[in-house]
Amino acid sequence: MNAFTTVYWKEVRENLRDRRTLINALITGPLLGPVMFIMLMNIMINQQLSKSDRPLSVPVIGADLAPNLVGALRSAGIDAAPALADAETAVREQRADVVVRISPAYAKAWSEGQAVQVELIYDSSRRDASTPVARVRNAVESYGKREGAMRLIARGMSPTTAWPVQVAERDQATSQSRSALMFSFLPYFFVLTVFLGGMYLAIDLTAGERERQSLEPLFVNPVSRWKILAGKLGAICSFSVVSLLLSVAAFATAPWFIPTDKLGIALDLGFRFGAQVVLLMLPLILLLAALQSLVSAFAKSYREAQTYLSILMIVPVLPSALLSVIPVRAEPWMYAVPLLGQNLGIVQLLRGDGVPGWQMGLCLAGGFAAAILAVWATAWMYRSERLAISG
Amino acid sequence: MIEVRDLHKTFGDVRAVNGVSFTARDGEITGLLGPNGAGKTTTLRMLYTLMAPDSGQVLVDGVDASVDPTAVRRQLGVLPDARGLYKRLTAAENIDYFGQLHGVPAGLLRERREALIDALDMRDIAGRRTEGFSQGQRVKTAIARAMVHDPRNVLLDEPTNGLDVMATRAMRHFMHRLKAEGRCVLFSSHIMQEVAALCDRIVVIAHGRVVADETPDALLAQTGETTLEDAFVKIIGTDEGLAA
Repeated sequence: MNAFTTVYWKEVRENLRDRRTLINALITGPLLGPVMFIMLMNIMINQQLSKSDRPLSVPVIGADLAPNLVGALRSAGIDAAPALADAETAVREQRADVVVRISPAYAKAWSEGQAVQVELIYDSSRRDASTPVARVRNAVESYGKREGAMRLIARGMSPTTAWPVQVAERDQATSQSRSALMFSFLPYFFVLTVFLGGMYLAIDLTAGERERQSLEPLFVNPVSRWKILAGKLGAICSFSVVSLLLSVAAFATAPWFIPTDKLGIALDLGFRFGAQVVLLMLPLILLLAALQSLVSAFAKSYREAQTYLSILMIVPVLPSALLSVIPVRAEPWMYAVPLLGQNLGIVQLLRGDGVPGWQMGLCLAGGFAAAILAVWATAWMYRSERLAISG
Repeated sequence: MIEVRDLHKTFGDVRAVNGVSFTARDGEITGLLGPNGAGKTTTLRMLYTLMAPDSGQVLVDGVDASVDPTAVRRQLGVLPDARGLYKRLTAAENIDYFGQLHGVPAGLLRERREALIDALDMRDIAGRRTEGFSQGQRVKTAIARAMVHDPRNVLLDEPTNGLDVMATRAMRHFMHRLKAEGRCVLFSSHIMQEVAALCDRIVVIAHGRVVADETPDALLAQTGETTLEDAFVKIIGTDEGLAA
């Protein structure tokens, strides 16, 4: 056995005996993402379904003035609830999602064939109310259109006179790309898994050894420090690879737990998807292992390293958060930026667009270049005299 | 054999080692005696190439530490100031790890490990994980893993620190055995009794310099004192940091 494999196997064996490391690498890391994902998706889907299918009950002020309109609403699944005293306050206090107010002049204006006013009182900053508002608006507008058309026909005119331009919507979103919008935070889960899978090892193998005063005796052995580092990095990478594989496998089962068919979206997290995700993530595994070791090497104790690493953990969120807030068009150079490239790539895979060879190449090249730089910096840190001195 | 020539090392403004020279010969026990903070540990760290000296030379069996540090480390068995063990490995696994890093073949490694376990009287703890070991058990394990590649030269930094009377006696016995095997044994201590009981040669370090390098008898003759304790105090100029 050479020095690399000796260090590698010793670290793997030692950490397989550590419950905390194992729980993080094999349970928390890989399963946190899928479980949160399934829970969030179910909550989201149930919320949307309940609002779009179920009969709505909407307070209507002045319902008796317009029985036909109320009838049209009812046929669209919207029941008129008793009127509220103060509609504006009720909406503001979230007692009602939307309130319909029919003006007192409705009956008179209607019978004279004039335009009449129907008010919708709602709060556009309340996201969960947007579905009921849209439903009520649609129902009222289509009722208006229908009645308008009747009036024109009664006067011997074609209804098209009043609507010379017709909008025909041709939505190009596939069912997969619709789902991708909702899944834009998925890449972060994969990064988080890799991070958590290797984190405790990285801390233990540098800051931990230093704190336990075993780094000095280790460095007295006739082995170059970079070989020791290589063995340690190998062990960290192995744990995060296992974490990632478990996570991808767990995600593959996610469609069984999410009623995707109810939303009319497709979700393909199968083998092809998983294999490409793993390939995309490979450079990140090495990069994160090196960065975690580097940060741990600066820390004097296990606890200190843990604090630094929790700060480092926030960095991978940035591309995901940024991309979901600012919708940027993917430029070629973005694929070469570690984390950002992986993010774009995984979202593309989710949309079913696939990742062309050149994008994959850029992702791997950029990622590995950064990883090699990080490994080099860590090796440089390992050469320093003060690293071994515990006291 | 270990030869040290005019070592210097400074940390910031502190001159930790300021011109240390001595020779530790094969088949002898050489004691590095000095009060706390005299520069013993720093000197030893330069010997086992953990630190590079600012100037000066270290030769181990004729190999220059600055030219080929790996070869020097191969010829040294070291019990450093830091004795951290891997607490999730057994004592035997700790020993094996270092043996493998030294490239000792598996069969020979098993043989040596078993011999050391017997020599250090640690059969009862060999198969146990080292978490919760007593200070004495930890030192035994650390020495066994330092000796597993059968080094000609042995460096021990305060080997009896924190040991009880029985463990100290066992440690002295073990050092005599190393000497009888013809090895070069160099150890540091701030305990005069121990140095007097063990050493063929005493190198006294104070304030980063060698202030005496003699046999115990010569040291007495040089200072004109009747006990070693008085001799040390006279050489160092103060009894601060020394333990009887």
